[in-house]
Amino acid sequence: MKNFLGWFDQRTGSKKLLHEALFENVPGGARWRYAWGSTLVFCFAVQVVTGLFLWMAYSPGAQTAWESVYYIQHEMWGGWFLRGLHHYTAQAMTVLLVFHLLQVVIDGAYKAPREINFWTGVVLLLLVLALSLTGYLLPWDQKGYWATRVATSILSITPVLGPALQRLVVGGSDYGHQTLTRFFALHAGVIPGGIIAFIVAHIYLFRRHGLTPKEPRRKPDSAFWPDQVFRDAVVCLAVLCVILFFIWRTHGAELDAPADPSAPFSAARPEWYFLFLFQLLKYFPGGTEIWGAMVVPGVLLLVLIGMPFLGQKPAGHKFNLGFLGALFAGVVVLTVLAVNEDNHNPDYLAAVQDAKHDAERVIELAQSPDGIPTTGAVSLLRNDPLTQGPKIFAKNCASCHRYDGGDGLGGTPKGAIAGSDLKGYASRAWLAGLLDPTKIDGPHYFGGTKLKSSKMVDFVKKDVAGFSADQKTQLAGVLAALSAEGGLRAQADLDRRDAAVIDQGRKSFGGIGCADCHQFHSTDPDATAPNLTGYGSHEWLVAFISNPAHPRFYGQDNDRMPLFGVTHQLSDQEIGLVADWLRGEWYVPASGKAGD
Amino acid sequence: MAEHPSPHHPPHHAPPQPDRRDFLTKAAAIVIGGGLALVAPAAGLLVFLDPLRRKSEAGTAVKVATLDALPANGDPVQKSVLATRVDAWNRTPNVPIGAVFLQRLKDGGVRALNVACPHAGCFVDFRNSEDGYHCPCHNSSFSLDGSIKDPTSPSPRGMDELPVEIRHGTEIWVTYQTFRAGVREKIAVI
Repeated sequence: MKNFLGWFDQRTGSKKLLHEALFENVPGGARWRYAWGSTLVFCFAVQVVTGLFLWMAYSPGAQTAWESVYYIQHEMWGGWFLRGLHHYTAQAMTVLLVFHLLQVVIDGAYKAPREINFWTGVVLLLLVLALSLTGYLLPWDQKGYWATRVATSILSITPVLGPALQRLVVGGSDYGHQTLTRFFALHAGVIPGGIIAFIVAHIYLFRRHGLTPKEPRRKPDSAFWPDQVFRDAVVCLAVLCVILFFIWRTHGAELDAPADPSAPFSAARPEWYFLFLFQLLKYFPGGTEIWGAMVVPGVLLLVLIGMPFLGQKPAGHKFNLGFLGALFAGVVVLTVLAVNEDNHNPDYLAAVQDAKHDAERVIELAQSPDGIPTTGAVSLLRNDPLTQGPKIFAKNCASCHRYDGGDGLGGTPKGAIAGSDLKGYASRAWLAGLLDPTKIDGPHYFGGTKLKSSKMVDFVKKDVAGFSADQKTQLAGVLAALSAEGGLRAQADLDRRDAAVIDQGRKSFGGIGCADCHQFHSTDPDATAPNLTGYGSHEWLVAFISNPAHPRFYGQDNDRMPLFGVTHQLSDQEIGLVADWLRGEWYVPASGKAGD
Repeated sequence: MAEHPSPHHPPHHAPPQPDRRDFLTKAAAIVIGGGLALVAPAAGLLVFLDPLRRKSEAGTAVKVATLDALPANGDPVQKSVLATRVDAWNRTPNVPIGAVFLQRLKDGGVRALNVACPHAGCFVDFRNSEDGYHCPCHNSSFSLDGSIKDPTSPSPRGMDELPVEIRHGTEIWVTYQTFRAGVREKIAVI
């Protein structure tokens, strides 16, 4: 072994190199405050390694980016941990960069002859922030998508070159495949390459000029190995423990619903350490955005770059310390203001909850037996009755109808109810209420409609109210039979169990007077009320919503209900989605978590 | 025969000093070296700049809704714009490419506003309680007609109105376009 090392050293000079690396002089002995630079090297190394492994599973493309990140996070062995490690180490790097910068300025390590080293550090700070900005988009979720739209819009206000720059970064006029390929190339290739080059220069210059000791020196000089290496290792371990805590707490990193340019996302915010810039933009009225987005940050950056020169002047160091302190305080204040404003904004808080629901739901759908189609996961939510049904209902139906007293989304519509409350529609309980003499003309059923004075209401209030015990039993059977027509998922077990009752109910339909007006598995040209064959089924409800004034349904007796399909107020797909939602027909995972 | 170092020939480990008269060799080395270094970046740059010459297919009229879908009281309704989306190598027909707010006007016409905030492109909300629009990102606020409501808010111009055409009496056709964010002028992105 000794022979081999000797042979190797003769040819490479490795011994001298190792000696230079380990026995660098530390003036005044090892100290904890010198560890910040090493923690940054450690974090960067973690990012390179975790990034390379993520790269092996990531696919940049509008139909594959979210999908591959979902797969890493939820399907692959330890994927959540790998993602979490990459995500939180990125955040740690930003915080550590600030600590490192503060320490360098406080200790005066930016002054001559270390100006160039200070500037390489400033470039590294900017490159790390650029890594963060580009990485935020890569999961192609709603949060990253909308935040990047804002960031690239800001880029477009750059004088003269703005629109061309934006186009080059976005990869065209709209966000898509080429945005991802470009951001990924920047994130995984160009920027890390730049960081490596600047770290090499930074460490070379650091070694050339030596460490700037904190005065007064408390101890005699010592070598980098082992005292300082030990301290650096302990601080890196502490940083890692903090990162591990956050990974454990959130089980990896957040993944919102897939990016959808047609779905509002009021919860869009940049990463927390950019919130101060986000907040700053709010204070610049229309047309002056460039001041908040470029001029002010640009001037602050110029002062930062000018610090080594300012530091030479009398009281220059004090000015630098004051400037940095004020900058830091300004960033903290703006960040607190942004967070505080959001925490007191009910619309924002509701949007965050919605985003959370959508994120959970899309993962349920991705894990369903059908999986993610090749068109991408964005279609999973677009075609999901549980997600879209309430939205369609709130926008198109809730001006008359209600769902559990509200608009389906938890809101309260303006105006009085002018249609039935459709929560539990077509279930036995819902139909029992309709046939209840005390309820049929109440607000939950026909009370707000012109059917309030109709043959049906008369029938229920007079005939049904006077039913004998035997007739009431028959009515219960008819209700069970009618409800079974819909084939509701929630009632499947009940319908199977009561097959005999349902069969008997179908036979009793005419016996208790329903067939006087309605058709039910029979043809009666004189029928005046909706045909109840297939009542509440997907086909029946879609046809009804499309055209309630069709002779099969209310005909000329239709109240104010719009003919949603005939007039194309809703597309066939939207009608299908709201019908399935009302029928409780959506994918439920085996654990039975979705919906109610 | 053994060679002896001569005073005119320094030992071989010290590189010979270049001759001042080698101007042509130096110039050629710089030109050839520089040329070699340029080939790869130039090849890459051409592909990198390709998006500058692409034109989007936006700007054609799309049927978005029917008149019946709009409340008579003039409250705006948000509608997705379905069209063929071209994303580099993919052409997908009939998918949402954006969204608009449609509003029935007193004169029987329809106003269409792009949902994208002219400040930085966020999706604007309609707030019934405020009788206007509000951007959830940087708090820009707009009146019902899309004009700027609060002049101190960050948007440089009102919401972008889109051309509307009523066809066959009830169909609302909107020419969907996006516009440059952050500037006072309304400049279409093509």
